[in-house]
Amino acid sequence: MSLTAFSHGPSGVSAEPAAQKKSRIVWFLLLPGLVYLVLFFITPLISLVITALKEAPPGAFIGEYVTALRWENYSEVLSLYGEHSIRSFVYAAAATLIALAIGYPLAYFIGVRLRPYPLWQSLALVLVIAPFFISFLLRTVAWKQLLADEGFIVGTMKAWSILPPDTHITGTAVSVIFGLAYNFIPFMTLPLYSSIERLDLRLLEASNDLYAGAFTSFRKITLPLTMPGIISGTLLTFIPAAGDYVNASANFLGSTSTTMIGNVIESNFLVLQNYPHAASMSLILMSAILVLVSAYVFKSGTDDLL
Amino acid sequence: MSDSVNGFAQGGADLELVGVTKQFPGFTAVDNVSFTVPAGSFFALLGPSGCGKTTTLRLISGLEEPTSGKILVGGKDVSNTKAHQRPINTVFQSYALFPHMTVLENVAFGLKQRGVKDAIQLAHEALALVELDHLADRKPMQLSGGQQQRVALARAVVNRPALLLLDEPLGALDLKLRRQMQIELKSIQSEVGLTFLHVTHDQEEAMTMADTVAVMNKGKIEQMGPPAELYELPATRFVATFLGQSNLFDGVVSGTSGKVVRVAVGKLTLEVPTSRSKVTSGEITVGVRPEKIEISRSAPAASATRSVVGPGTVIDTSFTGVSTQYVVDVPGLNKLTVFEQNDGDIVAAGSKVWLSWATEYSFGLPMDTDQFVESDTTTRSLAVAKR
Repeated sequence: MSLTAFSHGPSGVSAEPAAQKKSRIVWFLLLPGLVYLVLFFITPLISLVITALKEAPPGAFIGEYVTALRWENYSEVLSLYGEHSIRSFVYAAAATLIALAIGYPLAYFIGVRLRPYPLWQSLALVLVIAPFFISFLLRTVAWKQLLADEGFIVGTMKAWSILPPDTHITGTAVSVIFGLAYNFIPFMTLPLYSSIERLDLRLLEASNDLYAGAFTSFRKITLPLTMPGIISGTLLTFIPAAGDYVNASANFLGSTSTTMIGNVIESNFLVLQNYPHAASMSLILMSAILVLVSAYVFKSGTDDLL
Repeated sequence: MSDSVNGFAQGGADLELVGVTKQFPGFTAVDNVSFTVPAGSFFALLGPSGCGKTTTLRLISGLEEPTSGKILVGGKDVSNTKAHQRPINTVFQSYALFPHMTVLENVAFGLKQRGVKDAIQLAHEALALVELDHLADRKPMQLSGGQQQRVALARAVVNRPALLLLDEPLGALDLKLRRQMQIELKSIQSEVGLTFLHVTHDQEEAMTMADTVAVMNKGKIEQMGPPAELYELPATRFVATFLGQSNLFDGVVSGTSGKVVRVAVGKLTLEVPTSRSKVTSGEITVGVRPEKIEISRSAPAASATRSVVGPGTVIDTSFTGVSTQYVVDVPGLNKLTVFEQNDGDIVAAGSKVWLSWATEYSFGLPMDTDQFVESDTTTRSLAVAKR
């Protein structure tokens, strides 16, 4: 009798409260994050969805809208700003590729070549994030000065006949893509570094030993093993770059011919005060990025790598 | 691709190192090493960690470039070729299996690089050889250490390289699995007829597996030969202590008489056959293996063919099952280690004993004063004190 009491009673009773207590602690620890998320993400998102369907009542002032179910907002923005959307993704993709082309060798150098010298490695990493010590806006304005028509770079290039005399750099797609790539290189380099830094160089020796030359070893060993870094680096670059409205704005490196979705949303919210259009555009941008990113992640088959 | 990789014989090829030296900033890892490994043989490079054996292996595989000297495979100088161009494969100490590929893809990797047609078929055969074909679709991380080791072996063997290098591949395995793998490796080697070069710090492993053992120390090869020969007649103090145990006594040659060299060790005189002594005058180290010594409770009858020392005191007796290990303190010689087969008669610690051995088992070595070998500081300090 005492045996049965032992095997069922105490252990069964005491185990459950312990588990409950544990889960209460977990929820308690998660609370600040959850509250923050609800207040600053879920609530605005719901408000955005509602705003996107609002309509202007007859005879309303500018910026005055009432709650409705006006689905036309979506079709209107798509026809009005379709070109800007495509441009945004093209610019962001181009900037991501450039950042990858610059960031990968950089991360490889720091993560592999500098591996025997930890001090230099840390110094190089600090240099990668050094631009963050200066405001993003200031740096972009600085580039505007540097690339200006009367600036040193363009002037010299024209003097050496590298550029035809009537060309501009600022205000063109080139300067916007350049600006995006420049601003997001650290976001590309750091995840790449963390992935390359873990690369076991003995695997490359093994690959060499198994008749693969340097290029084949890179393609078959280094690249697949550093794919998690490439994925997160490109995502961290592409997503913010697609929504960026600083580089492409006419006040910085862009002009009216380089307007991206971010600029469209900004001007609809702040200038035109067409809140439903701005909101529906935001939601379209969000879903488009979500679809592109999930397709990308699934295609890369990195479920076990991420 | 396959054109750049020449010399793939179905059997092994000779390996020849001629005066190979490798210098790193500040030290010489491999110092003027020359040896030949005949085709189809199992050669072991034995030495303590840091002796340069792994560097030698990396030089042969092409992962390091020699500072000077030549490396020939099958009579062809490969010194100036890159690792991926050499008909050599390595089983790495860390296995270095590609974690993102399946076991099968790992094994087929080398074949595919060389453009071999039925790579998958051959990879399956190699996996069958190491009895792992049923795990072909697993990732390396899902295998145990011993299984990974066998995959690494299959990945190298499948290429039928002229030379297979093994870089302490059994180091990470537990004793039982290691013994099993040693036997398997040996049988695979004779089955496929490749030339094996095995680097290890485990003297037992080297002796059980290899046809020829080269003992390496401080970047140099100290002695090379069949395992039994190295054990019975070590040429240097290092070999005598690294390959098994030895009782070593430092002394001075006091005379020679035809077949034997007489050596004064303190007040005692020991004899060494002239044919087994590297030194016939001046300072000398006399050695005898612990299992060659006989322990007795009474003084053995004097004999021209036996060396007798004693009486001494047994200061430690440790029973190991098949044998008993004694440490005996003999005045004038200090402590000697003796292995006695377990015949049921165990001498208790504290007993007064005499030690004797057939003089033909002792050997004479040059006294190497710049070398510090822990186990016999006592006899050495004696000799130093005498001077």
